[in-house]
Amino acid sequence: MSDIEQRVKKIVSEQLGANEADVKNESSFVDDLGADSLDTVELVMALEEEFDCEIPDEEAEKITTVQQAIDYVNANLK
Amino acid sequence: MLEGQIALVTGASRGIGAAIASELAKQGAKVIGTATTDSGAEQISQALAGVGGLGLALDVNDPAQVESVLKAIADQFGEVSVLVNNAGITRDTLLMRMKDADWDAVISTNLTSVYRMSQAVLRPMMKARSGRIINISSVVGHMGNAGQTNYAAAKAGMAGFTRSLAAEVGSRGITVNCIAPGFIDTDMTRELPENVREELLKRVPMNRFGDVGDIAAAVVFLASSSASYITGETLHVNGGMYMA
Repeated sequence: MSDIEQRVKKIVSEQLGANEADVKNESSFVDDLGADSLDTVELVMALEEEFDCEIPDEEAEKITTVQQAIDYVNANLK
Repeated sequence: MLEGQIALVTGASRGIGAAIASELAKQGAKVIGTATTDSGAEQISQALAGVGGLGLALDVNDPAQVESVLKAIADQFGEVSVLVNNAGITRDTLLMRMKDADWDAVISTNLTSVYRMSQAVLRPMMKARSGRIINISSVVGHMGNAGQTNYAAAKAGMAGFTRSLAAEVGSRGITVNCIAPGFIDTDMTRELPENVREELLKRVPMNRFGDVGDIAAAVVFLASSSASYITGETLHVNGGMYMA
């Protein structure tokens, strides 16, 4: 598992109160991990802090699974 | 009662806002009060000097100033845990005579500022899983008053904003409430003609105008942990002038 993947999964599990084992790449925040709309906003905030960036709202809306979050971080940050 | 809290009160140089700021400070909160002018801010600093509070200049209509003031507070004191949206103006006139500027100024200063300030403090409150947003509305927003369509619309708007935001952030331990003062003896109400004041007083069962301290006490209550299960509510403080 890449470093970014690990960090994203850790944040997802912390924010959504899910076991790290349950946080799979294909997991959907809402459908699989029980997030509500406010949870997803907070999750984006946490990702922004972890990776020291700002994720525009129109991009944030498209991040609905763990893999999409990993992809976004990989594509936009270094 | 409020030790460890960091309270931000807008429009704190005089009237109800000044009383709220000093009472919150008396209860142990670190209080930052804002005013539109530097002299107003200086006045607040002097009033709060004994308790380590501070006055800052802030035009609540200016998003850039809102951001810089909140950053200054966070750097110096920490994140705001109690926000009191008190800043407000009147531009009273009958609707038949009202100008766009009268309408826009009141909606912007009294209502849009509540949106802007609340949004600005929300992120740290969400992270802290606690916070208090207290909006000072008015009895006029509930009963209406000739000559104040703009003011009443802004104040009624605050109540709807309050209920909606309360629904959004209740799960994060943040409460959002309004306090609706009735006829309080301040500079704003002293501007009214004497006959109008007398007529208004006839409608107050307690038979007196309210004191700014009556409002400040209600703010302290809603800011305290005693009020942690009250949210989306309007607390009327009006001597019985209007009973919701």
